[in-house]
Amino acid sequence: MACPATGQATRPVAVLTYIIRRVVGAFAMLIVISMVTFGIFFVVPQWAGATPEAMAARYVGRAATPETVHLVAERLGFNDPVVVQYGRFVKGLFAGAQYDYGAGVEQCPAPCFGYSFISGQPVWPDLVDRMPVTFSLAIGAAVIWVLAGVSVGVISALRRGSFFDRLSMGTALAGVSLPIFFTGMISLVVFSYGLGWTPPGGAWTDLAVNPLQWAYNLLLPWITLAFLFAAGYARLTRAGMLETMGEDYIRTARAKGLRERQVVVKHGLRAALTPILTLFGIDFGLLVGGAVLTETTYTLPGLGQFAILAIRNQDLPQVMGVVLIAAGFVVVASLIVDLLYAVVDPRVRLS
Amino acid sequence: MSFLDVKDLKIHFPTDDGLVKSVDGLSFGVERGKTLGIVGESGSGKSVTSLGVLGLHKGGPAKISGEIWLDGEELIGASAEHVRGLRGKKMAMIFQDPLSSMHPYYTVGHQIIEAYRIHNDVTKQVARKHAVDMLGRVGIPEPGRRVDSYPHEFSGGMRQRAMIAMALSCDPELLIADEPTTALDVTVQAQILDLMRDLQREFDSALIVITHDLGVVAELSDDILVMYAGKCVEYGSADDIFYRPEHPYTWGLLGSMPRLDREPTERLMPIKGSPPSLINVPPGCAFSPRCPYAERTGGRAETEAPLLAETEGGHLVRCHMDRTERRDLWENEIKPVLETQ
Amino acid sequence: MTENEPLLSVHNMEKHFPVTKGLFKRQVGAVKAVDGISFEVYKGETLGLVGESGCGKSTTGRLVTRLLEPTAGKVFFEGQDISHMSQGHLRPLRRDMQMIFQDPYSSLNPRHTVGAIVGAPFRIQGVQTEHGVKKAVQDILERVGLNPEHYNRYPHEFSGGQRQRIGIARTLALKPKLIIADEPVSALDVSIQAQVVNLLEDLQKELDLTYVVIAHDLSVVRHISDRVAVMYLGKIVEIADRKQLYSSPMHPYTNALLSAVPVPDPRAGRGRERIRLTGDVPSPLNPPPACRFHTRCWKAQDICKKVEPPLEELAGGHRVACHFPENAPEPAKAAPAVPAQE
Repeated sequence: MACPATGQATRPVAVLTYIIRRVVGAFAMLIVISMVTFGIFFVVPQWAGATPEAMAARYVGRAATPETVHLVAERLGFNDPVVVQYGRFVKGLFAGAQYDYGAGVEQCPAPCFGYSFISGQPVWPDLVDRMPVTFSLAIGAAVIWVLAGVSVGVISALRRGSFFDRLSMGTALAGVSLPIFFTGMISLVVFSYGLGWTPPGGAWTDLAVNPLQWAYNLLLPWITLAFLFAAGYARLTRAGMLETMGEDYIRTARAKGLRERQVVVKHGLRAALTPILTLFGIDFGLLVGGAVLTETTYTLPGLGQFAILAIRNQDLPQVMGVVLIAAGFVVVASLIVDLLYAVVDPRVRLS
Repeated sequence: MSFLDVKDLKIHFPTDDGLVKSVDGLSFGVERGKTLGIVGESGSGKSVTSLGVLGLHKGGPAKISGEIWLDGEELIGASAEHVRGLRGKKMAMIFQDPLSSMHPYYTVGHQIIEAYRIHNDVTKQVARKHAVDMLGRVGIPEPGRRVDSYPHEFSGGMRQRAMIAMALSCDPELLIADEPTTALDVTVQAQILDLMRDLQREFDSALIVITHDLGVVAELSDDILVMYAGKCVEYGSADDIFYRPEHPYTWGLLGSMPRLDREPTERLMPIKGSPPSLINVPPGCAFSPRCPYAERTGGRAETEAPLLAETEGGHLVRCHMDRTERRDLWENEIKPVLETQ
Repeated sequence: MTENEPLLSVHNMEKHFPVTKGLFKRQVGAVKAVDGISFEVYKGETLGLVGESGCGKSTTGRLVTRLLEPTAGKVFFEGQDISHMSQGHLRPLRRDMQMIFQDPYSSLNPRHTVGAIVGAPFRIQGVQTEHGVKKAVQDILERVGLNPEHYNRYPHEFSGGQRQRIGIARTLALKPKLIIADEPVSALDVSIQAQVVNLLEDLQKELDLTYVVIAHDLSVVRHISDRVAVMYLGKIVEIADRKQLYSSPMHPYTNALLSAVPVPDPRAGRGRERIRLTGDVPSPLNPPPACRFHTRCWKAQDICKKVEPPLEELAGGHRVACHFPENAPEPAKAAPAVPAQE
């Protein structure tokens, strides 16, 4: 039953309420994530039998006397009710916090993700330091994989059954199934150590310092990471294109006398891209939270590597900071995708 | 030669199961200002024919032979790019389901403007004005506002009007309508049929209406072509087909449909069986397995393919029975059952 | 036939689907798919339900078989109120009430054999059969004109018409009393439509079935029905004996519908005087007030915009909801505002 009641006059209003609802939803999601994260790192250990003193002991080092530990536990508030602790944690995020270990008061400016056990530094500046690396890696790789994946997918769909199609889909299958540490190692061995075309792992130059060097250093990680994702995007694009190119409106576009190129790009690809947009939002969101395997393989000082180190050192505040940031990126990315979706597809029901 | 002249058109699709002979030796013509109705059931090849005339099978897997002459120009031998230039400009098409036939992501106006600007070197503003103008001409209220609506914001009837506006935007001389009203409600169907009649008069184009609905054909057509299994089984003026049909398949179609303009019959007279698969078209006469009179041909129906032969003044029939026998059957057996009771 | 107890009877049945809007999803309105309709179906007869898209005919079919629960009003099956009966209590009744759907492709499970599909009702309802389920299923297949040896074939091996026969066979398995057929032939080719229509008629005679046939095709409905109800935007606007409805329709909408059907007779078609409605059917979300047809009606007066015309009996068994009915006996015409006396 057609329902043509939604006139266009109400659409801007509907878009606005839609945006508000999505933003509120994303915000609520962030709150839930912060609760869960806080719970995992501070409440669950106490349920599991960790006393406030045991929690505090991590901050003061092995040499501390029981009295000091007790005092620190008191000052850090580990004896307070969970709700109060959570409130203090949230307050820290927005207003900053002060830590008093007895040996002087440490300022932790907002957003305060706590203090590292190991370095004795606030977590947030460390995270901020690492972000450009992960961002550079993610953005560069994303550009490559979207361009490569989508174009290979389109060509495969248009030449279905051809040699190109079979070759690229075979490669794509390999791309999806081969893990990064394998392709990464192989390409390092071949291109860096063997042929000497690219720098070996660990090379990082800031974009602002030398853009060319920045791109040159990241080239191999980009391609390695993009290969993994491009494979999935190529397969998805191919499937989407095969479906949309069989739609009635494609026949209409051809019947109008449109050139095949325009039919494919403006009418076919436009519709096939919608599910790819969704996937991209989630993939990209996950990736900027830390490309763990790639960063480890190429020893790049990004968030992923930071997370691995933090876990290895059992540096709870650092781990928690990374987890929160990563989750935040995913939420924000999917929010953006949701909003874009309403722009891309006018049929998306806004209520 | 007619404005559109199709001669011995064959459109065959190779598949893993064999060759699908969707259209198998079809000839017909339409003059400007005239309407040809093509009637057939699903799988009869009527839609494949229309896409073939538009050259939409070019570059695909289909094997096409025969001749299509449009305004003195042969199209099957012409380059794909040349035919593309004619598509939408000299010949245009209206499809069955206006919702799925319009792109959901673009406004109705955008889609009309696009169709217009492919063939006319004009600015967007000029094209937009033309789109609004076209929407008004097909009877869409407030065209200046509705031009910015998306297809899903239109009702079914309005969408089909918009589709017609799009097809007519470049003033085509040949218009093909493939089941133009099948997806619409009865009262809206009547409006669209009226609109098509009026617009044809106004644009003086040649019109081909493809449908399974004998009522729609009767309302619009000057000439009618009845298709079965990729072939024409009967061709003639509307009067020939409705008042003196000679092919048993045409009789079957007439007997199958309940009619509002007659007293209700006790029982419908269906055609037995189902349409054949186009991979395994029965040898001889394709209709013979379903034909109640097949045994009258003394076995020829199963072995020998009947030819399309003229019975009288442009009325063509593809049947083994001879003319007097067919007329006799119609006058004495079929017509009385259809008309009385 | 009309003197006995109705098999199915519907009183002021309504189905409203809520529509929500805004930040807090508050309900701003309702799609009044079915908005207060009453009718009876007597044993052995066929009631046709016609109307255009959005008129609520399919919803009506789903309500009386209780695939949907009515928002208000009552549905009686064999005198028993089933309007709000639980699924558990409905189960035994499902044997007596079956539904045939439009699309013979999507309503059959492609992974099940014909034998499994047609035999499923026996298993679900736990019915004992004399010579086993297989024999019973084969009997039914034969009855609907299918080859009983095709018991082990899958739906995709059949043509559209044969699939619709499978759909019909499935409903017949448990010897139902009432069959609701929702657009049973509209997805089929013309020549196949006639086969299925004839089959439905034969089965009705042989098995003493009662039908409610829901369709948009007025010719099919006339052919198959004893009585016909015309729906418009969730209301029944006219209900009458088939003959009366088609030869002397009283509601302008019925008139317009009949007039809109293209006639397969070129000469008669060209000379025919027609009623042409303007515009499309309004949205059931926001139907016009009072008489819902007044926005498209050429006879509409002020009263039609203010007072909803009740469905009244103007001739024997002929009920119409219109202030200015056509073909009506004189008293009705003279005083449109006052309910006619019968």
